[in-house]
Amino acid sequence: MVTLNNYLLVSGLLFAIGFAGVLLRRNIIIIFMALELMLNAANLSLVAFARFYTVTDATQKVLPNYNGQMLVFFIIAVAAAEVAVGLAIIVALYRARQTTNVEDLNTLKF
Amino acid sequence: MQLPWIILFTPLLSAVLIILFTQRWRNLSALISIAAVLVSLAASVELFRTFPDAWNLKSPSLQLPWLDFTGYAGVQFQVPIGITIDGLSKAMLIVVCGIGSLIHIYSWGYMAEDEGKSRYFAGLSLFMFSMLGIVFANNFAMMFIFWELVGVSSYILIGHWYNKPAPPAAANKAFICNRIGDFGFMLGILLVWTATKSIDFTEIQDALPALVKNPAMAPFLTAAVLCIFCGTIGKSAQFPLHVWLPDAMEGPTPVSALIHAATMVAAGVYMLARVYFVVETSAAAMEVIAWIGTITAVLAALMATQQNDIKRVLAYSTLSQLGYMVMAVGVASPHGAMFHLFTHAFFKALLFLGAGAVIYACHHEQDIWRMGGLWKKQPFTVATFAVGTLALMGVYGFSGFFSKDAILIAASESNKAIYYCGLFAAFLTAFYMTRLFVVVFFGKARTEHAAHAHEVPVVMWLPLVLLAIPAFAAGYPWFIEQFLHTPEHHGHSLVPCIASCVGLAGIVIGFLVYRKQEKDPIYIPLLANKFYFDEIYALIVWNTQDLLARISGFVDRWIIDTAIVRCLASGTWGCGFILRFIQYGNLQGYALLLGAGVVALFYFILFFK
Amino acid sequence: MPLYLFWIFAALMLVFGAAAVLNRNPVASALSLVVSLLNLAVLFFSLDAYFIGVIQILVYAGAVMVLFLFIIMLLDLKAEQRRRISLPVVLGGAAILAAFVAQLVTVLHRFPAGDKPFPALTPGLNDAHNIGMMLFSNYNLPFQVIGVLILVASIGVVVLSKRELN
Repeated sequence: MVTLNNYLLVSGLLFAIGFAGVLLRRNIIIIFMALELMLNAANLSLVAFARFYTVTDATQKVLPNYNGQMLVFFIIAVAAAEVAVGLAIIVALYRARQTTNVEDLNTLKF
Repeated sequence: MQLPWIILFTPLLSAVLIILFTQRWRNLSALISIAAVLVSLAASVELFRTFPDAWNLKSPSLQLPWLDFTGYAGVQFQVPIGITIDGLSKAMLIVVCGIGSLIHIYSWGYMAEDEGKSRYFAGLSLFMFSMLGIVFANNFAMMFIFWELVGVSSYILIGHWYNKPAPPAAANKAFICNRIGDFGFMLGILLVWTATKSIDFTEIQDALPALVKNPAMAPFLTAAVLCIFCGTIGKSAQFPLHVWLPDAMEGPTPVSALIHAATMVAAGVYMLARVYFVVETSAAAMEVIAWIGTITAVLAALMATQQNDIKRVLAYSTLSQLGYMVMAVGVASPHGAMFHLFTHAFFKALLFLGAGAVIYACHHEQDIWRMGGLWKKQPFTVATFAVGTLALMGVYGFSGFFSKDAILIAASESNKAIYYCGLFAAFLTAFYMTRLFVVVFFGKARTEHAAHAHEVPVVMWLPLVLLAIPAFAAGYPWFIEQFLHTPEHHGHSLVPCIASCVGLAGIVIGFLVYRKQEKDPIYIPLLANKFYFDEIYALIVWNTQDLLARISGFVDRWIIDTAIVRCLASGTWGCGFILRFIQYGNLQGYALLLGAGVVALFYFILFFK
Repeated sequence: MPLYLFWIFAALMLVFGAAAVLNRNPVASALSLVVSLLNLAVLFFSLDAYFIGVIQILVYAGAVMVLFLFIIMLLDLKAEQRRRISLPVVLGGAAILAAFVAQLVTVLHRFPAGDKPFPALTPGLNDAHNIGMMLFSNYNLPFQVIGVLILVASIGVVVLSKRELN
């Protein structure tokens, strides 16, 4: 019997893995991919909640709460746009610096 | 009822006029000042005639409301300018106005060529105003204000010749010693006010019996009396603060006569007599007062035997006599003290003016070992000086005899040790005055100036003669009873005889030792150096200042600069240094810290109670 | 969905997600991520979110990850070098990770409502129909804004990829 807590646990673990990826990797594209992983973990969480809190509409049908699924839809759309623009920036950065190593791209001063 | 105000404010008017308008015309300034004091004298005589009863009159206080704090925070406090007319104030009026006018006239001659004559007479008028204020005061605050004013006048007059180095230093010393005493005086006034809720003398006198009955108030009253006595210690130059009076001789001789012999220094004793109803509430304080007076009397007499400046000898003599007066107050004889104050004013002023005449005649020479042989050249001076000396020594028949014996009788009845010290001081008084008289007037002239001395002008010897009369006669009952209530005589006692014998012994020994001497045969360094009081005080002041400076330096350099300022600065720097490590420029590191922060936040929100 | 199936797909998703993060070869990393997203889509299906699952496969795994692969190929990225990570950093990271997981477990433990089974849905729901209805009625404005967003993103990408004009 799968319960909501199972889904939430998996979602949390996935998020942690994604966050670890953001912290550990030096290649900026891999970091970006780990970022996507985090977003997907959030999506899983949302869908699980949407399924859990059902709505009864006027015709006595029990529906999942589609608001959560809508939000997931928008997240996916925005993530896609974000990836497109982000990768374009990375390409431009690669053209300027000839490296994708995050430590070399960094211009923050210490 | 305008007379008291005329007496009080005419000298002030004269001082103001001189300072503001007539400083350029010196003789005019002098005349204004002399006229003012003569007006005050005339008004005093008239006042005397209107209120003939000397001591029975309880003061009908006249008041001029000045400060009024009624109603502020529930406090009833008024400081009026009030006038007290009773036997005590009338006697002081005669002393102050009478001797004051004579000295003003004398100054006309003595300061004839002085450049600062206008300043001098303005200072004299200011002094007259202040002294009359003390005499008339009917409440503590007014007395304190005029007390301070007298100190200021004294400062102005001592430092009259400010171009020389010594007078300003002496003026500073006088003022500072006075201020130290006045600090205690102020504390005493505050204590009395706290206890009796009033500063008016009559109200305090009415409130005191209730306080005396309360045994818990006894230490409080003792403290109050001792603090008030501090004012006398400062003003009348008693034992710890006596060092300013000899140095005050740097001022012109008439100033020494008026202020530092007759009137200002007597203000301390007058104040004690005025508030005697407070003083007598504490037997312990009176014991202290008596002993301080005695110590002053003996110490000053010892120091006087070795001084070589004619004015210094007379200054120490004044100190000694003031010690007598304070001693009298201490042994419960305020009337004896006032009696001696009265007679002392006359003969001491006479002696000082006579000394001034001698100095003037010898061309401003003050060392007695450079005088001599003057008894033929200055008859008036010698005669009047002799009258003054005999009065001071307490020789039978002169005024000093009666007043000094009144004190000695009172001392013998209360405290034998004080009485013997008083006798010893009487012996020394006779000794050093004889020394002074013999060395200055007898023998051969020791310098050229002394050889060419001649009598002083009339304007200077006339006051001498006029003063010699009360110096002789002021002791007799038919004279003194008009002014003061003298202590009753308790039948015949041996004290006058013993005192006379002691005095005679002093005269004889002094005469024998100092006859026909060229220089002082006796030299006791301890006495000649005034018991090294000045050096001790200088050392104390120097050390205290040094210590304070060191402590301040230490505190400033180590505690404030290092511990507080540097610590704060270093703390800030250190915190910055540590926190700098958080910003190391690595984005992923920042993200890690972000994650750590979020985890911590979760912990605090979800799990922390 | 039976519990074991759930755990199989969840485990696959987590493993391939970890592989995506840990693999040194970027292409392998991207492909692992694709597999992970597919498994995620399966989990969506298990939650009766069919439309979203399909969208996930089409858009995320199909378009976004392909874009990633294009860029990796374009930039011709090589495998990363093995590098030394200092022990304190590892320990610190592991500590934070452990703390996070512990908190997660504790929070879920305190959510008893989450242990109940999912409510039963009316059978025969038309998922796409319902989502479509909701999208065009309730969420019309955000939908239009998303359109504008994608337009802007496209323009932005074109501008960013221009070479400098000589």
